[in-house]
Amino acid sequence: MLLLTCPYCGVSADETELSPGGEAHLKRFGPGSSDEDFEGYLFMRHNQKGVHFERWRHTYGCGKWFLAARCTATLEVFGTYSAQTPEHPKEIIAKIQAKRSDWSLT
Amino acid sequence: MRHYSVFAIVKEALGYHQGWERAWRNPTPKAHYDAIIIGAGGHGLATAYYLGKNHGITNVAVIEKGWLGGGNTGRNTTIIRSNYLQDPSAAIYEKSRSLYETLSQDLNYNIMFSPRGVIMLAQTEHEKRGYLRTAHANSLQGVETRFITPREVKELCPIIHLEGPRYPVLGGLWQARGGTARHDAVAWGYARACSAMGMDIIQQCEVTAIHRENGAVSAIETTKGRIGCNKLGIVVAGHSSHVADMAGFRLPIESVALQALVSEPIKPCMDVVVMANTVHGYMSQSDKGEMVIGGGADGYNNYTQRGSFQHIEETVRALVETFPMISRLKMLRQWGGIVDMTGDRSPIISKTPVENCFINCGWGTGGFKAIPGSGWAMAELMAKGHSPLADEFGLNRFREGRFIDESVAAGVAH
Ligand SMILES: Cc1cc2nc3c(=O)[nH]c(=O)nc-3n(C[C@H](O)[C@H](O)[C@H](O)COP(=O)(O)OP(=O)(O)OC[C@H]3O[C@@H](n4cnc5c(N)ncnc54)[C@H](O)[C@@H]3O)c2cc1C
Ligand SMILES: [Zn+2]
Repeated sequence: MLLLTCPYCGVSADETELSPGGEAHLKRFGPGSSDEDFEGYLFMRHNQKGVHFERWRHTYGCGKWFLAARCTATLEVFGTYSAQTPEHPKEIIAKIQAKRSDWSLT
Repeated sequence: MRHYSVFAIVKEALGYHQGWERAWRNPTPKAHYDAIIIGAGGHGLATAYYLGKNHGITNVAVIEKGWLGGGNTGRNTTIIRSNYLQDPSAAIYEKSRSLYETLSQDLNYNIMFSPRGVIMLAQTEHEKRGYLRTAHANSLQGVETRFITPREVKELCPIIHLEGPRYPVLGGLWQARGGTARHDAVAWGYARACSAMGMDIIQQCEVTAIHRENGAVSAIETTKGRIGCNKLGIVVAGHSSHVADMAGFRLPIESVALQALVSEPIKPCMDVVVMANTVHGYMSQSDKGEMVIGGGADGYNNYTQRGSFQHIEETVRALVETFPMISRLKMLRQWGGIVDMTGDRSPIISKTPVENCFINCGWGTGGFKAIPGSGWAMAELMAKGHSPLADEFGLNRFREGRFIDESVAAGVAH
């Protein structure tokens, strides 16, 4: 069972306590944007086989959204952080690279 | 290819069955093919088969990283039906279902198609109205389905409990011509027929890169070396985003785990397929007597072919309420497959931004039933550049907002 630590309440929560919310750090494109950007924002996903930055909600806990870096091929979790973080956090990138020297952010 | 028949069995019996030949060759790759298909699941093999049979293109290789049929094709619960809501879906799924009816004869391989009938239970008022609508849509589409009463449900499936406390059975959408088939046999039958046409099925060979020249595909890199091609078809289900990335484009797809399980074998007790979509569970009985059970998909991206335990629990809990007699059954095996989910829950059969590179994916939780029709359409698209069955399923529908929204009709695992 997947365990993620909620960055707000510090609880190490079972996946039954959480709801997944898909890819994180999507750039929002709205009215006035090009068709391609709007399509990309709504539908196109990296869907990596490897490290995936994603959204989760601590639904049956504090109820807040947070972000996580997790490998979709091994289920290894590299860390969780607040949903108010606009860029991929440096310390999490460093943590991933320490374990996977050939990995880089795409 | 050796023709399978009762006479062949008698003849081989006289020779102690020593004379049977291998069902397909195990060739080393050539330097170049007219067409390469990546992925030897049902959809990839059917594409190759109809390229040869319908379009005379036989200089074809099917490249598979594992063993043929070892992906979702060999992991699914084999429900075949065509009672979808939207016209493009009805067209391709009904084509597929009708091809299944004669596939054993066509391939000279017993795929054990069993049109035993499929009931989709209506367990809420909302679901009942939805299925009434689907039944009307199906009659306009020429797909034979009917909304049946709870009593008829009970007659078709006596082990069902109609008055469940939370989700009583209010009726069902019945497709008498739906059913099941033997999943492995579908892959094996197509593989044998492709091999007989001179096509090369290359197993244990992973595609690692896709080479392009002037915006068109020219070759693939594999663990068995570089192989050139004029046309390329990507048919890799859960790995579609990963392989598309090699060709430099993105897809509106997320890969998640879907699980199934089977019980110990018991005496025949159920000769139809029952799907309970509100509670995310469905069940049929295999020829060996096992109850074959499937449930809902996980919500998070995953490539591990392992799902979350609580989904098994939810599925079994729901089914025990609907079929109380299974409460004491032991479950023998449980497994997962990685399914490719699109935004509108409909598949993609399409050209791509790379010329001469085509993709067939997004069948998600329900593409076993579509194997013959999808292969038929994909082959036509690759041979001619368009196909009436495939055209509505193009990638551009996401940009144009032209969805084929089956998320209500098909959002559950089947
Ligand atoms: C548990 C479960 C239950 C299901 N139940 C049903 C059902 O009842 N009815 C129904 O209609 N559908 C069902 N489905 C869905 C159905 O199984 C799939 O839609 C269908 O089998 C997909 O077939 P495919 O040929 O596209 O993919 P697959 O059979 O997965 O084949 C893709 C192949 O591509 C290969 N591949 C991937 N990457 C590479 C690479 N880089 N190089 C070379 N080869 C590669 C893989 O090894 C694999 O063999 C179910 C699925 C699951 C997981
Ligand atoms: Zn919390």
